[in-house]
Amino acid sequence: MLDLLSGFVVELRNAGLPVSLTENLDAMEAVKHIPIEDRDAFKYALAATLVKNEQHWKAFETVFEVYFSLRGPEYNVLDEEGEIDEDSLEEWMSQQMRGMGGQGSAEDMSPEEIAEMLFRALMNADEAMMAAMARAAVTQFAGMEPGRPVGGTYYLYRTLRNLDLDGMLDRLMEQAQERSEGDMTSLQERLEREEFENRIEDLKREIEAEIRRRLVADRGVEAMAKTLRKPLPEDVDFMHASREEMANIRKAIQPLTRKLAARLARKRKHKRKGPLDFRATVRQSLSYGGVPAEPRFKNPRPNKPELVVVADISGSVAAFARFTLHLVYALQNQFSKVRSFVFIDGLDEVTHMFQNEEDITNAVHRVNTEADVVWVDGHSDYGHAFGVFWENYGSEINSKSTVMFLGDARNNYHATNAWVVKETAKKARSVFWLNPEPKSYWDTGDSVITEYATHADGVFECRNLRQLEGFVDHLA
Amino acid sequence: MGDTMFGDLASVRDGLKDVEYLADDGIASVVFLAEKLGKPVLVEGPAGTGKTELAKSVAAMTDARLIRLQCYEGLDEAKALYEWNYKKQLLRIQADRGSDASNEDWTDLQDDIFNDEFLLTRPLLEAISAEEKVVLLIDEVDRVEVETEALLLEILSDYQVSIPEMGTIEAKQIPIVFLTSNNTRELSEALKRRCLFLHIDYPQLEREKEIVLTKVDGISDNLAEQVARIVRSIRQIELKKSPSVSETLDWARTLVLLGVESIDVEQAKESLHVLLKYQSDIEKTAKELTVEG
Repeated sequence: MLDLLSGFVVELRNAGLPVSLTENLDAMEAVKHIPIEDRDAFKYALAATLVKNEQHWKAFETVFEVYFSLRGPEYNVLDEEGEIDEDSLEEWMSQQMRGMGGQGSAEDMSPEEIAEMLFRALMNADEAMMAAMARAAVTQFAGMEPGRPVGGTYYLYRTLRNLDLDGMLDRLMEQAQERSEGDMTSLQERLEREEFENRIEDLKREIEAEIRRRLVADRGVEAMAKTLRKPLPEDVDFMHASREEMANIRKAIQPLTRKLAARLARKRKHKRKGPLDFRATVRQSLSYGGVPAEPRFKNPRPNKPELVVVADISGSVAAFARFTLHLVYALQNQFSKVRSFVFIDGLDEVTHMFQNEEDITNAVHRVNTEADVVWVDGHSDYGHAFGVFWENYGSEINSKSTVMFLGDARNNYHATNAWVVKETAKKARSVFWLNPEPKSYWDTGDSVITEYATHADGVFECRNLRQLEGFVDHLA
Repeated sequence: MGDTMFGDLASVRDGLKDVEYLADDGIASVVFLAEKLGKPVLVEGPAGTGKTELAKSVAAMTDARLIRLQCYEGLDEAKALYEWNYKKQLLRIQADRGSDASNEDWTDLQDDIFNDEFLLTRPLLEAISAEEKVVLLIDEVDRVEVETEALLLEILSDYQVSIPEMGTIEAKQIPIVFLTSNNTRELSEALKRRCLFLHIDYPQLEREKEIVLTKVDGISDNLAEQVARIVRSIRQIELKKSPSVSETLDWARTLVLLGVESIDVEQAKESLHVLLKYQSDIEKTAKELTVEG
């Protein structure tokens, strides 16, 4: 047990989770009190001691499934030698079948039969049945062969393609319509659909888990854990984030912008003294017989930070641009005054598009369609865009503004106009540059980041949430 | 920690159910472990999912006294741990001067004014010096500054408080400690390491329905089901603030008061303001509920 647990912890660390020694000891203590047979409780006990960040839950769960999937009473598909025990699986299957009508074992079932039974299981939300059907479907459709070097996603795709779950959803809805004899209100219909979608999601998860279980049995725990290893949400590269990862990142941006706002506004809370208040000092000196023993200072003016964001949204940083727009939108909610500009080779202000828009997707869409950012050919031209920026808006930068440039500084060999950044830095409180490219690529090819960087207060590599957070921390 | 309040996991869950708190597997196991390992629990999650309620329910279940420390920016030692009652100390010194028999020397007096009698206990000290069973709730710990967090570390890991003038006060019993956080900032590693971590999210459909059934009097099974389903549906819309469990309960109560048996779109739209607190959210949801489906 202890071996298993330490292997588990090592894998968690490999997956990037920060597990300290004390936490490890806590986990060992915890499992003494909770029997491994109570799988869920066991899982939560480990999670409570080892995972201290909700974002890491998913990574934890995956590793847990791999390590403990074959242990526990209902998952006894392994026999002593560690090979899949087909007999016991079959037996278990047919038991399940008999329970609901007495067809033969999974091998004999035709795809139609599986679909039909699955349909019934989904309709009645019969969980045991759904699990059984997930197993049957994997056996039937995934075509898994031991030792074949393909990933779990391939099998998952094959299984799902054969099951045609979209068609299943439509059928379920029809059935539900019939059952209520056609007098369903649109609200009820919507709720019903969501319920079915939910059940189908459960089914997908079940199938995925089943495939994983079999793969683990085939390839062994360590190998499997390695293939399933995914970067943690804070390490996902903005440039290569999948849609799902992007959604996660978006969720994580909110608290970060709050933090950023707090950091920039913080100075007003610290009791940093303003200039000497002569009158108050004289008044105070009266109590010391006219000796100005205790100097008085003016309270500093509260500092309302203004943020100016200038973001590159050209094709080369498209994925990053999507993220920056989300960031800008989130910032807009936090700061009283944010002005946002986007550019490719022309530059346009987009503040108003974010301001009155509740829905971020609408706002992003508007920016992409309405903003006038193309000047000649729609290839990045930082020099020209900055020129426009200085000419039209430069006069509005003042000592309260913090200016953030977001972009990779790949300028297609145009003139850099770095003096704009220099002049901006002179007038603004601070100027930062966030670059989505890895540091090793900077100044290679047409990247001219250093020319701009020399004038900015700081240039930060910003490829994932962790780095963005580092930037925010740096501001303190 | 030989004395155990809880027999096993199931008894925790049932116990919580008896005080009308429906715990899922995760919550029950963490509460169980907290008591077994004698470790504080850090509870995190969106607002209104029953974090504070959990602490109250555990107190009710174990018949313990609940001591609550509400955190806020600017919380300091004097408010959280202890404070010397300097007025009383002054009086003591004055009184001494008045009576002429003041032959006691200064050290005697000093010993005298720095003892229990002149100590004002604040929640944290109170919790560990209590004789009876105690549940200590440190609410919204993310609101204090990082520096203040350090105040909590001694009490959380060793259950003791050091007072320079008096020495160390050790706990007479190990309290069950809950810290709640709305995750407005990252808590320090040192704090996290000392705690068990529990994330409470919006409940699953079945659990939410059960919560509605237990907490709202006179609601029918059918209506509770509908309420839970609609709320789940609304949570999937991207809103400024998703409805919390407490808002779900308010909404269910409203519907019961209005004598609604089954909800249709119009009724739902009219009472949305109970569920959602932003005008823009209400409009958006009303639109979604009518258009789709």
